[in-house]
Amino acid sequence: MTHKQLVKGNEAVVRGAILAGCRAFYGYPITPASEIAEGAARYLPQLGGTFLQAESETAAINMLYGAASAGLRSMTASSGPGMSLMQEGISYLAGAELPCVIADITRGGPGLGNLNPEQGDYFQVVKGGGHGCYRNIVLAPDSCQEMADLTALAFELADKYRNPAVILADGYIGQMMEPVAFSSEFSAVPEKNWAVKGTPQTRPNFVTSIHLEADALERHVRALESKYIAMGRDEVRYEAFHADDAEVVLVGYGIVARILKQVVTQARGLGLSVGLLRPITLFPFPSLALGALSRHASRFIAVELSTGQMVEDVRLAVEGRKPVELFSRVGGNVPTAAEVLTFVRSRVQELCHA
Amino acid sequence: MPEYRPVQERSRSFFPLFERKPDNQNATHYCPGCGHGIVHKLIARAIDDLGIQDRAILISPVGCSVFAYFYFDTGNVQVAHGRAPAVATAIKRARPDAIVISYQGDGDLAAIGTAEILHAAARDENFTTIFINNAIYGMTGGQLAPTSMVGQKSTTTPAGRSIWNEGYPLHVCEVLNTLDGPAYIERVALGDNKMILYAAKAIRAAIQAQMDRRGFSFVEVLSPCPTVWGKDPVAAQQWVRDEMTKVYPLGVIRDRDPWTHPIPVPPPPFAFPSGAPPLLAKPDEPVDYRIKVAGFGGQGVLLLGELLAEAGLQAGLSVSWLPSYGPEMRSGTSHCHVRLSSEEVDSPLVTNPNVLIALNEPSLRKFLHTVEPGGWVFFNGDAIPADCARADVRAVALPMTSLAVQTAGDAKATNMVMLGVVQQALHLLPAAAVDQAMHSLIHSERWLAIDHMALNAGSHRYQERCHV
Repeated sequence: MTHKQLVKGNEAVVRGAILAGCRAFYGYPITPASEIAEGAARYLPQLGGTFLQAESETAAINMLYGAASAGLRSMTASSGPGMSLMQEGISYLAGAELPCVIADITRGGPGLGNLNPEQGDYFQVVKGGGHGCYRNIVLAPDSCQEMADLTALAFELADKYRNPAVILADGYIGQMMEPVAFSSEFSAVPEKNWAVKGTPQTRPNFVTSIHLEADALERHVRALESKYIAMGRDEVRYEAFHADDAEVVLVGYGIVARILKQVVTQARGLGLSVGLLRPITLFPFPSLALGALSRHASRFIAVELSTGQMVEDVRLAVEGRKPVELFSRVGGNVPTAAEVLTFVRSRVQELCHA
Repeated sequence: MPEYRPVQERSRSFFPLFERKPDNQNATHYCPGCGHGIVHKLIARAIDDLGIQDRAILISPVGCSVFAYFYFDTGNVQVAHGRAPAVATAIKRARPDAIVISYQGDGDLAAIGTAEILHAAARDENFTTIFINNAIYGMTGGQLAPTSMVGQKSTTTPAGRSIWNEGYPLHVCEVLNTLDGPAYIERVALGDNKMILYAAKAIRAAIQAQMDRRGFSFVEVLSPCPTVWGKDPVAAQQWVRDEMTKVYPLGVIRDRDPWTHPIPVPPPPFAFPSGAPPLLAKPDEPVDYRIKVAGFGGQGVLLLGELLAEAGLQAGLSVSWLPSYGPEMRSGTSHCHVRLSSEEVDSPLVTNPNVLIALNEPSLRKFLHTVEPGGWVFFNGDAIPADCARADVRAVALPMTSLAVQTAGDAKATNMVMLGVVQQALHLLPAAAVDQAMHSLIHSERWLAIDHMALNAGSHRYQERCHV
């Protein structure tokens, strides 16, 4: 690893990607994700790679389809409105089993919304905003270091499962700077024997997402499903912070998790039994870990920058065993630690009265 | 009387048996008289003749030719409706030695995919597009196409295409010919055997242009769709010849003087900066500065914050820097959150700073009330306005902008005067760490000199005026 350098989250994504062997970037500018494209435009030509600013996000995601078909590690980056435009292409990528990485540096919505951080893209990214039975691998960094590390992991997982992987980070994680240690070597990229490269060996290969016969499509969809089941078994990642013995478990990802760590530390300082479970993979979701916590925790509080999207997965994981509540801010507002702590204290007091 | 021997051999670039096809593996799925079958043959023959079967990648679209990969024994990629030029762009750039042939119908290319074809052509991407114009949506059952002719009936124009409702057909070759990018544009037709021979020549010329790295090549083929047109194959072919060619004139529209795309040369080895270890070890004393820097956009607010964070890193601390961000334009207010801590930084947000750095009065008014009791406030102004003063914080007010102008000759150095004042008052970070940070973030020698002058001026002024 290199020595730590102070870099923006978005810069960490680009460097992490390039170190992981990404050699093609196709994108369209949008705040607060543009630094990723700008970084790719600076670095990729120096490595013999391709950077191209596409005419739209629709074109960009289809360029990714092309680069992935040809066997390159490739990526794009966008934010809410651009992600919405990419959903068609993501469905095709998943259907054609093409690996790629997409960074979604979220902003406020719906519509143009605003440029501030929000987590309203959870549904379209985690639940699959495009058509058909598919899933994205979704990784949620909460620091600049993780922006680099999880981007590299995203490429590994995308290739392992031949599936799109999304880095879902909010505008704050993308825009802030922290010290980051990078890998000092470029990763080796696995051989992709299935790709269409215009060579004698790959002449028999073809990439498609159409299966006109019902039985053929069912076989295909079931094969995709089995990959998602395998991901659920093998790829769940989360961070538990004072969660094991906690009476009240907070659940949050991205910038929210950073605030919640402060809340937990402050709450513990006040003698309150509060912990945090931070999903690092949003798909697959750490349902088993939450389910296990629900055996002894009394209450769950999902904290989100949305009117309640991830909380649905928390509820599914807890399966009604314990109450699950939502604390949320939207519109680009981010809760203060004090705000959350007040809410948590009111719930702890309720527990004491009960 | 001369003897003719009919030759019926399947092109090598077709599979001998269409095993990817679920049934009837000896025949294509195209209707009798359909132009797709003919154009497929012309493409396959061109691939054979040019000896590029191993290099060829065929991109099939959405429409009747969605299953082109049933037939072509080449690399195949099937793509979303209208997006073939975007996919082809990236495949060709990923594999410059491949010969990429993108195959699109009129709805695909000239309606839903208009943006993609236009931009691929404008970029002069070095691939070949074969554009089948049969003036109708075939696969979906005969709806209006962007190239349907005025008066032409379709299931969505039952009374015929009206110039008042659907407007006029799109002339794609002519539109593309307005661009500087394309190397080769030709329109051909399948109206009779002679025309088909011209079509064969055009397709071959277009692929050859790609092989010669001449750039974007495009062939529009006026093509019959007897089934959906409701005509028998002969009448359909006659309609192509007699009616379509009136609206869509045939011929080579662009054949740019030969110049070629360069062959990419491998770049010299590249490495990211590896960084250096922090200048100093973590201090023994616990440190926990939660700093808010605020001011007008353009006052160097974000740079001042970044300097503090970088200097903190050099001083062995855990640091974070979080900007307010927004539309990339000047004016308006700007602020950033900086944390410098001997412990790992949990939240990078600073809600209740213990150091507020206000470079203008609106920022002071906005954030003064958030400062933690006992915290420090540094204000660029003669005095904290009486109506917002607080007794429970330590405040330093100095006219730093005029000091920057007097001492460093530039008001833009106000942020560095501020840094000098803050450093002198709090000894926030070791001077060596600040110096190192300035050297790594300020790249101009001239500005480095100016900023050092400003920093020293701020430090001295604080000593003279405020030291107690």
